[in-house]
Amino acid sequence: MKQFFIFVKKEFRHIFRDRKSLLIIILMPIVQIILFGFALTNEIKNSNIAVLDNAKDGSSRAIIQRLDASRYFNVSQILNTQADIETAFKSGKIRLAVVFQPGFRESLLHTNHAQVQLIADASDPNTATTVTNYAANIISDYQKELNGQVQVPYAIKPEIRMLYNPQLKGAYNFVPGVMAMILILIAAMMTSVAIVREKEINTMEVLLVSPLKPLLFILSKAIPYIFLSLVNVVTILLVSVTLLEVPINGSLLLLMGESLLFIITAVSLGLMISTLTKTQQEAQMFSLMALLLPTLLLGGFMFPIESMPLPLRIISNVVPSKWFFLIVKDVMIKGLGFSAVWKESLILAGMSLFLLAISFKKFKTRLA
Amino acid sequence: MNAVAVNNIVKTYGSKKETVKALSDISFTVNKGELFGIIGPDGAGKTSLFRILTTLLLADSGTASVDEFDVLKEYKQIRNRVGYMPGKFSLYQDMTVEENLEFFASIFNTSIEANYDLVKDIYVQIEPFKNRRAGKLSGGMKQKLALCCALIHKPSVLFLDEPTTGVDAVSRKEFWEMLKELKKQGITILVSTPYMDEAAMCDRVALMQAGKIMSIDTPGNIISKFNKHLWAVRSEEMYRLLKDLKNYSNTESCNSFGEYHHLVLKNDDRDKEAVLKYLQVQKHMNIEMKPEQPNIEDCFMQLMNNNYDRS
Amino acid sequence: MKETVIKVENLTKKFGDFIATNQVSFEVEKGEIFGFLGANGAGKTTAMRMLCGLSIPSSGSATVAGFDVYRQTEHIKQNIGYMSQKFSLYEDLTVKENIRFYAGIYGLSKQVIKDKMTSLLEQLQMTAEENSLVKSLPLGWKQKLAFSVAILHEPKIVFLDEPTGGVDPVTRREFWNLIYEAAEKGITVFVTTHYMDEAEYCNRVSIMVDGKIEALDTPRNLKTTFNAGSMDEVFLQLARGAKRTAD
Repeated sequence: MKQFFIFVKKEFRHIFRDRKSLLIIILMPIVQIILFGFALTNEIKNSNIAVLDNAKDGSSRAIIQRLDASRYFNVSQILNTQADIETAFKSGKIRLAVVFQPGFRESLLHTNHAQVQLIADASDPNTATTVTNYAANIISDYQKELNGQVQVPYAIKPEIRMLYNPQLKGAYNFVPGVMAMILILIAAMMTSVAIVREKEINTMEVLLVSPLKPLLFILSKAIPYIFLSLVNVVTILLVSVTLLEVPINGSLLLLMGESLLFIITAVSLGLMISTLTKTQQEAQMFSLMALLLPTLLLGGFMFPIESMPLPLRIISNVVPSKWFFLIVKDVMIKGLGFSAVWKESLILAGMSLFLLAISFKKFKTRLA
Repeated sequence: MNAVAVNNIVKTYGSKKETVKALSDISFTVNKGELFGIIGPDGAGKTSLFRILTTLLLADSGTASVDEFDVLKEYKQIRNRVGYMPGKFSLYQDMTVEENLEFFASIFNTSIEANYDLVKDIYVQIEPFKNRRAGKLSGGMKQKLALCCALIHKPSVLFLDEPTTGVDAVSRKEFWEMLKELKKQGITILVSTPYMDEAAMCDRVALMQAGKIMSIDTPGNIISKFNKHLWAVRSEEMYRLLKDLKNYSNTESCNSFGEYHHLVLKNDDRDKEAVLKYLQVQKHMNIEMKPEQPNIEDCFMQLMNNNYDRS
Repeated sequence: MKETVIKVENLTKKFGDFIATNQVSFEVEKGEIFGFLGANGAGKTTAMRMLCGLSIPSSGSATVAGFDVYRQTEHIKQNIGYMSQKFSLYEDLTVKENIRFYAGIYGLSKQVIKDKMTSLLEQLQMTAEENSLVKSLPLGWKQKLAFSVAILHEPKIVFLDEPTGGVDPVTRREFWNLIYEAAEKGITVFVTTHYMDEAEYCNRVSIMVDGKIEALDTPRNLKTTFNAGSMDEVFLQLARGAKRTAD
């Protein structure tokens, strides 16, 4: 036991004496979460839109006014013909065009349903979806108000509902995403680098030629980074709740527990990488290419997995971040309990066991 | 009882296409309490041999034992009882002298206090700097600390792989004095080194070159096996002298050696006058020529040449 | 008429409070083999870096190949060659590729490179190895090749930092023969080593202790002055007094 404590103490010494790296480890999550959080909300704010009002009646004007007044949109162009729409999009100055058919208010009042056409530039599908959703929300707000005044329900029907994130706050997606990314980076990369460094400076040879058990070595290497990663989880949550106003709807304890599970998966990945690489540089490259990229691309928080081609959807299943992302969304945003995430948790646990078994088997008690 | 026994060890590296023979059929034994030197240049196979004996590498064929334990089957016992200082051994640069020592003691399940008397003589020299980071120590100091770390668990056999490479002459001398002290405490020590002059400090040495042991004996016996008469020659222009001596019809070998060239004549000729005459014709000034005692390096080079001739 | 190629006066380099090189003065002549000895941490590397134009001195003056170490470092680099035990050749390039690369750095023309390549490979008896990767060569060969590459552009001075560490005794002597030949061609050789017998091969030797040059003379004169039988003893007498414990 004493052996173990001294080894862990030594690892913490390495970490605390490398001030620059320590600073990066502690500040990175904060910077990332703020950057992602605000970058996203900024993107949607004050989007320029164009309006083709063929109705020119009270209702269409009211909706245009509301769109313009909202903080998301800015009506920059009033169009006259259908042909102008394409010109406006091609100029690249607008994100959305809103088209009212003639007799909009008439249809709304007499036939009880009316149509608004929302045209978005789908070359950037994420923004397009968000922007149309925002506009649809504003229209439905107007509709609700109308309904409040009269008996018969008027229906302007944009059939999109925003579940759980009614204001469509981007941070709701990014907090779980950044958490997955940071944890993969810190836990997996740092662990692998810490082990490979011992190979590089030849201390590994001495450690191998000693009665030190491989399990003890691996555990002592992992524990400091598990601890640091937990610190990161706490800072990320703090920043999200205070600065980005993303509440923790579910159980904090469950969230921490699931985070710990994911950290263990990430550390196991790091251990596996350390058995495959010889230099710190290799370990870093490997971690970046094999862990960070899949996390970003296939983790589900940057690009929706549902809209990916089948092969990518299948591959995404082996990316641990995907499962963690789902868990955090369920627990933190939707406020669900363990019963909703047990499957994902089981998958992560299985992955960890598998990776640990491999790295343990591959861990060499000799050189070469 | 042998502290180390090596039988017909072979080790090759590389893929099928390109193999490098690091050790070809090596056999030797080291007695208990012996200070045994393995002397040879880079690439001789010293490190591979040490790694096999410290159970870090597996040999392709052959057997070896340390303290009667087999390096293959009983590697755990060996790991409990040997001390090892790898080549270019770097301690943890970001930890202090004391922290390094404490750490290495703990991984062997012991403490600095428990074995202090073994390392005391060495440790007192670095103790004034015990709160300094290892990365900030000079080469000689680092080496002393590394030795302490390798000794702290009271090993019965100590393996030191090139401990003096890149270290200045003063620190090298001090290091060998420390080894002699350790020998008195009954520890078997195997040291490898590329410096031929260090052979004289060992009880016995193995001269290694290209994966083979060329000779194995006490330094004195190795030198006495140098069966030729050796001359030391010098003049005003040493490089021209070297070239002229090499061109001399009766020269078998001629090598620079400090301020003299070491000359061996063909058929063990001892005709000094003929050489002097030849050199005077070549207009060398202030020629000095005297019989010389060969040293280990002379022997090493002779053995190297003999080996080349045979192959 | 002797030509001075390195002239150093009161050269000093400080890192904070630490004086790595302390008021060092010496001169080296053309074609001389100058041994630059000292214990680990005595300040050799710092001094050598200043002379190679890699580090600006704190005070004092020095010219190398006639150029000032403060203002004309680029000219210095054109006129010197450098080789060390740690950095010499690219291990993953072939012998030929390494020669071509280094010759190219110094702006030699294609024809010159071709001629030099042939003669160099012949001199080193490495023609058969021209397409082998450098990492597959024995250390001694690498070092000989590295030295030949370092003087390929016919520099005025070549700096050698522990060039023979770990090399076998036969190859070590072959290496020194290359040094002698370079010196005969008029290239000044500035060399550091831990092998004391190699100190004897130098025309003159300086010994640094704690940042200062404590002795500078021919090996023979040094032995007389210090009443010693070998350079080893001279070195030990001087370096034993060293106070420094850190690099």
